[in-house]
Amino acid sequence: MTTPLLRLTGINKSFGPIDVLHDISLEVYRGEVLCLLGDNGAGKSTLIKILSGVHRPTSGTMEMDGRSVAFDTPRDASDHGIATVHQFGGTFPLMSIGRSFFVGAEPTRRWGPLTIYDRKRANEIAVTEMRQLGITRIDDGDRLVGGLSGGERQALAIARAVHFGASVLILDEPTAALGVKEAAHVLRIVLQARRKGIAVIFITHNVVHALTVGDHFAVLIRGSKAADFRKGEKSREAITDLMAGGEQMAELEAEIESFSAADDGHAPRGASHV
Amino acid sequence: MTSQAHDQLAAATTAPLSQRSSMPSIGSLVRRPEVGSLIGMIAVLFFFSIFGGANFMSSGGAASWLNVASELGIIALPIGLLMIAGHLDLSVGSMVPASSMTIAILSGHYGLPIIVGILAALGLGLAVGFVNGVLVIRTKVPSFVVTLATLFALAGLTLGLSVILSGSTSVALKSGPIAKLLFGDYLGGKFEVTLFWWIAAILIVGFILNFSRFGNWILAMGGDAVSARNAGIPTDRVTIALFMSSGLCASFVGMSQAILYNSAQVAAGQSFIFNSIIAVVIGGVLLTGGYGSVVGIVLGTLTFAIVNQGIFYTGFDANWASLIIGVLLLAAVLMNNTFRTMALTYAPRTKLSARR
Repeated sequence: MTTPLLRLTGINKSFGPIDVLHDISLEVYRGEVLCLLGDNGAGKSTLIKILSGVHRPTSGTMEMDGRSVAFDTPRDASDHGIATVHQFGGTFPLMSIGRSFFVGAEPTRRWGPLTIYDRKRANEIAVTEMRQLGITRIDDGDRLVGGLSGGERQALAIARAVHFGASVLILDEPTAALGVKEAAHVLRIVLQARRKGIAVIFITHNVVHALTVGDHFAVLIRGSKAADFRKGEKSREAITDLMAGGEQMAELEAEIESFSAADDGHAPRGASHV
Repeated sequence: MTSQAHDQLAAATTAPLSQRSSMPSIGSLVRRPEVGSLIGMIAVLFFFSIFGGANFMSSGGAASWLNVASELGIIALPIGLLMIAGHLDLSVGSMVPASSMTIAILSGHYGLPIIVGILAALGLGLAVGFVNGVLVIRTKVPSFVVTLATLFALAGLTLGLSVILSGSTSVALKSGPIAKLLFGDYLGGKFEVTLFWWIAAILIVGFILNFSRFGNWILAMGGDAVSARNAGIPTDRVTIALFMSSGLCASFVGMSQAILYNSAQVAAGQSFIFNSIIAVVIGGVLLTGGYGSVVGIVLGTLTFAIVNQGIFYTGFDANWASLIIGVLLLAAVLMNNTFRTMALTYAPRTKLSARR
């Protein structure tokens, strides 16, 4: 296949004596969704922070289009076309949709001798881009971001990333705080972004959501990559098992069984709370 | 003025996208952040025009609160911008007398040309603002604490240097006719010329906040400073520029007061600290940043000035003015919160499903 858009090789990250990530290697291709699965504390957030320039890896290399890159700041990462959308989408709840869409890159026009912020154009582009992602409820770019639903905010943030030419879109638990319908809409938007040739890194612990959109999956367990497989290679149960640390789960089940055998089919108090 | 242009633009923007009623509805007015402060101002104007009698409504009465409003307003505008960007500047309370004393000592005590005194006073304001800004971004200490420190430091410096240089805490200043006309005259014997400087400041600050990219940066910084920096906004430079503008405006007021009253005192201007914050907060600016408007700040300033001066036209003891301001402040903040919530929860009437 072609060279991956983004390639991580042997990424390690430790904060002082604590190793958070251990020897992570990943490849992300254009027009593909890479699902990064893992339980809480598996190191997903740290990996995202490395990708988006917040942290530098302790060791290991990152390549984009075959060229080695290093990000010192989040700005560096976004200059390389890496856009990160966080769980709650837009971060400026009291700004208008148009204004927050263009923060730091405001369109301007001439007004006599002055250069002014082109509010009309900003609003129009922001609303149009959101509509392209299926958010048809929004027709006024002057509305405040805080008035949007969770899914609409995700859509706004994704629309923004797409508009500014992101080639890698990192979505950090985009569906975690959403209802079923809204989550479905966000998943649809993810597929739309993929169709545009964007490489999507989709972080989630919801296996169903991951299987719906993912082409390629990586499971993180306690800072290491436990599995790396493509669509159709593993069943949902197998993935869920993996995420929960399959062996641990099996041990737990065996333990409960032995308890029930010893106590005439009743789990002792305490075990039922596990 | 700006809000009208705002509404026209809004109508033009949404027209091609939707079939919403073209009439600027009450709903769209209610969603503007300054509605609460407008209601507040009308209420106090109404109250004092009833209890203040004919004198309050006369041109002399209007001059008394407009003069207070213009001096306060020139300081409240940059304070408002700072607050929208998520900062506070308490040092204006010392900046005003420091600037007065600078011009009075240089041009009064030492007899230098008035222009030297004016430039030195304004330069001092810019310098103090620069120091405030640099301290805030370098130390990461909240600006409340940093400017509280510079408030006291500057007050001490002003007192100490004034006594050393002029041997007094009050210095007379004789300024020429041109300086008088520009900064310290009364029009029609009643209205201070600072009123025009205030109007100019309103136009400039209104332009900056509503029509420049810089205005968007200020809003974004107040909303979330980290995201704003990641979006490429030079947050350090914006912060320093904002502190310099509040230093400049405070020194302008101090300078023009010295020219107006022909003298300067070391301990004048502490009232500007809280008065400017009150005016800005009544005007609907969110204390924690990210939200506010210039129209609101102007309305808040007028409201404050009306209460502050209107009390003298009523039969009430003037001591009650602070009580009214306290109650008004609380009421205004609650009302502003309500209107902000309405702006956030508003949904257009044409509810097309976003989720098919």
